[in-house]
Amino acid sequence: MTVETKLPYDQEYISQFSQKHKEPEWMKSLRLQALEKAAALPMPKPDKTNITNWNFSNFKHEAAGEPIQSLEELPQEIKVFLDLENTDQNLVIQRNQSVAYASLSSELKEQGVILTDIYTAMAEHGELVQRYFMKDAVGVDENRMTALHAALMNGGVFVYVPKNVQVEAPLQSIFWQEDAEAASFNHVIVVAEANSSLTYVENYISHNQEEEAVANIVAEVIAHDNARVSFGAVDNFAQGTTAYINRRGVAYRDAVIEWALGQMNDGNTVSENITHLIGDNSVSNAKTVTVGRGKQSQNFTAKIVNHGLQSDGYILQHGVMKDSATSVFNGIGKIEHGASKSNAEQESRVLMLSKDARGDANPILLIDEDDVTAGHAASVGRVDPIQLYYLMSRGISKQEAERLVIHGFLAPVVTQIPIKAVREQLTEVIERKVY
Amino acid sequence: MAGSTLEIKDLHVSIEDQEILKGVNLTIKGGEFHAVMGPNGTGKSTLASAIMGHPKYEITQGSVLLDGEDVLEMEVDERAKAGLFLAMQYPSEISGVTNSDFLRSSINARREEGDEISLMKFIKEMDEAMDYLEMDKNMAQRYLNEGFSGGEKKRNEILQLMMIKPEIAILDEIDSGLDIDALKVVSKGINKLRDENFGCLIITHYQRLLNYITPDKVHVMMQGKVVKSGGPELAQRLEAEGYEWIKEELGIEDETVGQEA
Ligand SMILES: Nc1ncnc2c1ncn2[C@@H]1O[C@H](COP(=O)(O)OP(=O)(O)OP(=O)(O)O)[C@@H](O)[C@H]1O
Ligand SMILES: [Mg+2]
Repeated sequence: MTVETKLPYDQEYISQFSQKHKEPEWMKSLRLQALEKAAALPMPKPDKTNITNWNFSNFKHEAAGEPIQSLEELPQEIKVFLDLENTDQNLVIQRNQSVAYASLSSELKEQGVILTDIYTAMAEHGELVQRYFMKDAVGVDENRMTALHAALMNGGVFVYVPKNVQVEAPLQSIFWQEDAEAASFNHVIVVAEANSSLTYVENYISHNQEEEAVANIVAEVIAHDNARVSFGAVDNFAQGTTAYINRRGVAYRDAVIEWALGQMNDGNTVSENITHLIGDNSVSNAKTVTVGRGKQSQNFTAKIVNHGLQSDGYILQHGVMKDSATSVFNGIGKIEHGASKSNAEQESRVLMLSKDARGDANPILLIDEDDVTAGHAASVGRVDPIQLYYLMSRGISKQEAERLVIHGFLAPVVTQIPIKAVREQLTEVIERKVY
Repeated sequence: MAGSTLEIKDLHVSIEDQEILKGVNLTIKGGEFHAVMGPNGTGKSTLASAIMGHPKYEITQGSVLLDGEDVLEMEVDERAKAGLFLAMQYPSEISGVTNSDFLRSSINARREEGDEISLMKFIKEMDEAMDYLEMDKNMAQRYLNEGFSGGEKKRNEILQLMMIKPEIAILDEIDSGLDIDALKVVSKGINKLRDENFGCLIITHYQRLLNYITPDKVHVMMQGKVVKSGGPELAQRLEAEGYEWIKEELGIEDETVGQEA
């Protein structure tokens, strides 16, 4: 029996959308197949959070944005994410679904580094994009949201660093949802070929309070043998946006993937960060911070799967909950059979600032191999009154003391965000959300 | 008269409905150094904590006045801003907050908005104080007390004392866990503050500290009260003879707070 589900967009719409963006044939058919699958696939079921009444259907799929001539034209709220003193920016600014600004240093271009929007990437590096688009990390048919993502993908960035190339300067994307109702079906692919290294940082920003929008985002990170990827993000969708975010990594032999994620959305959010340590000796550190406020409900999963010998996974989640916000933090360490000598560690800490807030830390270890090490620590607590007393005994006000303790609590992740401007911005967002 | 005056009158303090302090009287004036001694569990830290406003301690009777102002009515931060400082026996560890950020916030908290200490001046002052206390400069950027050794924590308390420059300081076992060199350095730091505008209450178990910091008065606490006061010679006698003679003199069998004289 097939389930009758009406989707907001049909085959014809999607064909036209694909044509309009001059996509290669493979992409169009991938979209159409995904749309077909979406109807039959179930919605994702995040552990302990009921999302059946969340808005995933009310949004505007297409919204263009004006290009800018120089970064000076940007409004202040976007400028703050940029290191403006640096004239040699490696940067893509996507305004709604159009590229407003793009630059990549000539030195990196010469080395074969790619940092470009997803449509240009499909036009100019079609084979590469096809090779990685929802193949190794996220599958089209995992659930209705991943299928819809493939069908309706309307923006994103492609990052590629060739073999043996070390990119020191950070590569940055800013996804600026200027249109209050514009949906973001953004797709980001980051590929680091063997023995290469890169740092990538992305920011999502919207300002919609009452207007409803949807973000259905996928980021796929592929680190080939002995590659090193440092991935930082600050998600800052406003209250009106319901977000479903999948960030996934695949690490081959001796590869390292570092995640530093500032999960600062104000609307309901499901956010998954999963890394597969396929290769022997591969490593991933996944660090996230979250501030929940208002009535928002959020579900976070940080998961690392050890497949390779001596692979090493470490998860650190820190969350602050205030008002009547609800958050579930799933920390999952999974060691597959055969991944001997591997290690799965995780730590989840939730700080509650009000009695109506709810925070759930769910540490899960799934171990299918004997010769391994694993550990987890989880806690949900309040600001320690003795710590406040100590700070206040030096003249610091109660509010400032709380502020210090909260910043201190979030520091282990905030300090890991690679770009200074973004780090400062994350600190400011935290400030705004906490007070 | 120079300096501030801290007056503790008939102070009674309870924790979880158990009375710990049973009527303490003490007055500390600017320029004076007082030592409080006494066996373990006799209420010394309780006195210090109650004056500073530790959330666990309940004042059931008596008063604490700083220059006539009711300290017990004040929030903890207001007490600090009024001029009180407590070097704690067990300082808290605060992860993610650097020692230097914390110190700067502490100094600025006592200054008017718009009159914050400049970063340059702050760094200079902190460098000087750290040099004076022979502290490793890395301590400035480390998280507040996190992973500090016992002695490092104590030195860090004195660093705060030197930079905050309070009117009245209470030092709760600032000498415990210090090696002999550290003891000298810490004493040097405390002595540097010695002037007619600075009063200090030093809680200690050892005459050793008082060899470096000569107190004007020495008090002995037992059973939650000050049971004997005297000059520096009292500390010397305690060092030589212990507390037995005082207990005998006063007819005390068990000196801890659970007991009545
Ligand atoms: N939180 C608490 N709950 C119950 N009793 C307490 C608590 N804190 C302190 N006490 C008791 O109060 C009494 C006095 O303690 P206090 O710390 O003031 O002693 P002290 O004189 O400073 O001892 P020391 O020399 O060992 O530091 C002790 O018997 C102690 O067990
Ligand atoms: Mg004590």
